[in-house]
Amino acid sequence: MIRCMEQEKEFLTDLDNAIADGDHGINMARGFCAVEQKIADFGSKDIGTVLKTAGMTLVSAVGGSAGPLYGTAFMKSGMIMNGKNEMNISDFIECIKVSVEGIMQRGKAVRGEKTMLDAMIPSLEAMEKAFSDGLSDKEIIEHGVEAAKNGVEFTKTIAATKGRASYIGERSIGHQDPGATSYTFLLDVVANAL
Amino acid sequence: MKKFINKVENVENEMIQGLIKAHSDKIRKLECGNVLVRNNKKEGKVAIITGGGSGHEPSFGGYVGTGMLDAAVAGAIYTSPAADIIYEGIKAVSADKGVLMIPMNDTGDIMNFEMAAEMADMDGISTAMVVTNDDVAVDNSLYTVGRRGVAGTVLVHKIAGAMAETGASLEEVKAVAQKAIDNVRTMGVAINPSTIPSAGKPGFELADNEMEVGIGIHGEPGVYRDTLKSADEIADVLLDKILSDIDYSNSEVAVMVNGSGGTPLMELYLINNHVYDALTEKGIKIYKTLVGNYMTSIEQEGFSVTLLKLDEQLKTLLDAPADTIAYKA
Repeated sequence: MIRCMEQEKEFLTDLDNAIADGDHGINMARGFCAVEQKIADFGSKDIGTVLKTAGMTLVSAVGGSAGPLYGTAFMKSGMIMNGKNEMNISDFIECIKVSVEGIMQRGKAVRGEKTMLDAMIPSLEAMEKAFSDGLSDKEIIEHGVEAAKNGVEFTKTIAATKGRASYIGERSIGHQDPGATSYTFLLDVVANAL
Repeated sequence: MKKFINKVENVENEMIQGLIKAHSDKIRKLECGNVLVRNNKKEGKVAIITGGGSGHEPSFGGYVGTGMLDAAVAGAIYTSPAADIIYEGIKAVSADKGVLMIPMNDTGDIMNFEMAAEMADMDGISTAMVVTNDDVAVDNSLYTVGRRGVAGTVLVHKIAGAMAETGASLEEVKAVAQKAIDNVRTMGVAINPSTIPSAGKPGFELADNEMEVGIGIHGEPGVYRDTLKSADEIADVLLDKILSDIDYSNSEVAVMVNGSGGTPLMELYLINNHVYDALTEKGIKIYKTLVGNYMTSIEQEGFSVTLLKLDEQLKTLLDAPADTIAYKA
């Protein structure tokens, strides 16, 4: 995830420049680098602690709006994983579910407002369905990535009603949402790791 | 990109260090991060705290001091400071009458200030928040997150800071800050964008004969693009939008002609020449005028016009003493 955010720094920043203030890639790369340093010597700590620490680090190192949003997602996931040393696929889906809930609450946003939720919610639904269809772990997350990518494409067709992009209203149509894009990148990293 | 910097990742910290070295008589920085607080912390008053991304200098560190802000929290350029550092600021300035947070309406700023208030609440510190949203360029509708806070924020901080100095309660300071917010309107324009050092290129591009109207303060595009007109015509475009937003007829106002950082004072005064005449012609009485770089967007060439409609209370508070780096009264 850390490498991915560094690689995609410029791309995400360009996306952000098109509709808002052009710092999403820079902030995400800075935040994930900070997470890397913070959890470097965690060794055998439980997943809950790692995720909670990552969340707090993202709040503090990313700043902006992505910090509280991604930070909330990781902290909520950390609570689910408290005391656990292994994460199975249903844990992972549950983490995405509580992340979506946390982000909706913190950002006061719903689906269809050209935000990261437009990638997250469809990917959650796709993963839940793939899980109940009995697909493999890798297939489940790949279904999630596919749905998230479609969600990113969908953000191109709508005007932003949340965040700084909402200020340019209709002019935001045609551009994909940077937050939805960064979420899709991160989920893709998970899919490729399996 | 051509700037007087060292390493892009050090711009904010080196700027804050330089600010402190110049003005250590008035302000100091907390160890934990870029939180600027006044040296002469005062008990028996509501503490006023604000914050936002860097790149708007002298906002907001320049307004920390007697009669204005107790703390300003600076994030990375154009990026909200993080909740944990805002929380440190709240703890540092909290005296015995509570803390009023006055951020600008920006999604990131609001989320981080809300999280910081939740943390302070666990310590038993009472906080309240009002949010500036003076930018008339943006429609205040269901389809946006509401209007942006821009240059008019400085006047809200002046009013709230003066009220806090009187020893008023948190509720009273909050109420007068809200009154200032309800009566202040701003609109801006740019002819050349700013470049965030770490991005290395401008946030948008404009041809030589173009301007971006209704611009915010984060280098984000404005509401529409138009061909460049004369200064008087542009000022009229901004004034028309402001004057149609609330009824200013027969009222007294404070006027701010604010530069975005790259526009010389020469042009700002030239603009004020027309703003003064246009308002006077409409029967609006100018009580006070401020011309200068109060809320900038790094090197952006542009300006905004702000009108604050005054009553007797707001006039008194506007005239009350303030001793900060960038605002004196």
